[in-house]
Amino acid sequence: MLLEVNNISVVYSDVIQVLKGVSLSVEKGKIISLLGSNGSGKTSTLKAISGLLKPENGKVTDGEIIFNEKPIHNQSPEVITRMGIIQVLEGRQPFKYLTIEENLRVGTAIRSTKPYKEDLDMVYHYFPALLSRRRARAGYCSGGELQMLVIGRALMAKPELLLLDEPSLGLAPLIVREIFGIIKKINEEQGATIVLVEQNANMALQIAHYGYVMENGKIVMEGKAEELIENPDIKEFYLGMAASGDMRAYRDVKSYRRRKRWL
Amino acid sequence: MDFFIQLVVNGLSVGFIYGISAMGFVMIFKSSSVLNFAHGELLAMGAYIFLVLVTWAELPVYAAFLLTMAACFSLGFIVERLFLRPLIGEPLIFVIMLTVGLAAMFKGLILLIWGGNLHTFPDFLPTWLSLSWGSVSVQPVYTLALVVGTTFLVLFGLFFKFSSQGIYMRSVADNQRAALSLGVNVKKVFALSWAIAALVAGMSGIILGIINGVNVHDLSAIGLKVFPVVILGGLDSIGGAIIGGLIIGLLETLTGGYISPSLRDVVPYIVLVFILMVKPYGLFGQVEIERV
Repeated sequence: MLLEVNNISVVYSDVIQVLKGVSLSVEKGKIISLLGSNGSGKTSTLKAISGLLKPENGKVTDGEIIFNEKPIHNQSPEVITRMGIIQVLEGRQPFKYLTIEENLRVGTAIRSTKPYKEDLDMVYHYFPALLSRRRARAGYCSGGELQMLVIGRALMAKPELLLLDEPSLGLAPLIVREIFGIIKKINEEQGATIVLVEQNANMALQIAHYGYVMENGKIVMEGKAEELIENPDIKEFYLGMAASGDMRAYRDVKSYRRRKRWL
Repeated sequence: MDFFIQLVVNGLSVGFIYGISAMGFVMIFKSSSVLNFAHGELLAMGAYIFLVLVTWAELPVYAAFLLTMAACFSLGFIVERLFLRPLIGEPLIFVIMLTVGLAAMFKGLILLIWGGNLHTFPDFLPTWLSLSWGSVSVQPVYTLALVVGTTFLVLFGLFFKFSSQGIYMRSVADNQRAALSLGVNVKKVFALSWAIAALVAGMSGIILGIINGVNVHDLSAIGLKVFPVVILGGLDSIGGAIIGGLIIGLLETLTGGYISPSLRDVVPYIVLVFILMVKPYGLFGQVEIERV
């Protein structure tokens, strides 16, 4: 296993517990998707892995995270990124005043030698839209371009493990489809291992190999993506379909009728 | 007419000095959003280190200049390491208050070692540096300031625009969280920006020392003078600091020459208020890019 998360608990500011015993494992070369509603702990799980908990005053208080057979929990992000784990933050965080190309160059920060021309070509190959905008300031680019930019920026680091936090956030369905297609392509062609956090369960499960469902800081369900997509509960609560598989009419929704079985 | 031209030349000369004095201040603000109230004291440290090397150690001027630059660079580095690093992640106001403390500390240190008297550098500037056209003339030190200041400006411009480290520094200023997520070494960036700022401050301290003599009270007062300069030019624009300096310098000398010498410290501020009403981010400050 490339990454093993064993039963971790995460606490912010010493009092707010957000994860209560989360375990998951990521096999090399696979896309793992992490589903769940708002506040279920998906982002915190990613931050625990990438080390970005630390600057936000969060801590892994219990359990361990093993990457390439080395424990990495509670390390600083400078150390973890250099081991090959890069997180793409939620909500696209470009460097607004830098041009697209300068943004991409920041991705090479973790490498001691920095010939970046080839990597730039690789990113422009996956995201041709960025090539024509490369001299534009990121602050003036569209949401879709920015999402491509931040994924491309992470690719510049040549990560062994890429953590993507809600790449579909606030994007038009067509753009979401395009970006997910590219993520799949990157996984297949570059062999990049990807952990994908998503609200858009349908899209995520279409490209993922394996999926976990989180609720209230716990993993409540896991399985192969093609099994999850057929699961009646997933259909009901995350894909918006009735148990029979039909699209549900709005007036049929009566939340008290069915309860999530795992709660 | 000659009087007017001479005033303009003087104003631009003085203004350029204000501009390069403000460069170091802008650099710290740009990378960490910290207003450095100890900037004047950093200028003074540079001037005093140069004084020691030139008068007591009797080094040749070039060697003394390079050594001073190295010493200031290290000083900035150490200050960041000892005092500012523990405060990374704390609210900005704490860091700004800390720089007020640093100012007092440096001032006390200088007074302790060198006392409050006026010292002067030996006269080492060659006379060919002085320029004159007809009755208008420029003193050698201002020519020196123009050459040295422009060199620094161009070097730093290139550094921030093209070098990897320069781009990382700008990325930290832009979005610290995203920079962290990509593994940019934020601590190194802060240390480097303080070191560079102290180096530039040291350079301008030497030039100010040549003009006015070396006195800790005068030099630290210049540290406050950079505020109107950078606010006018835009807090995060190095080029803006120079232009802001030139405008303030011009306004000062023109007011002093045509209206009244006692008004020269007042009129620039009145103009500043009007400019800020039209351009609240300063003339060249980055306008916040907002996405809705």
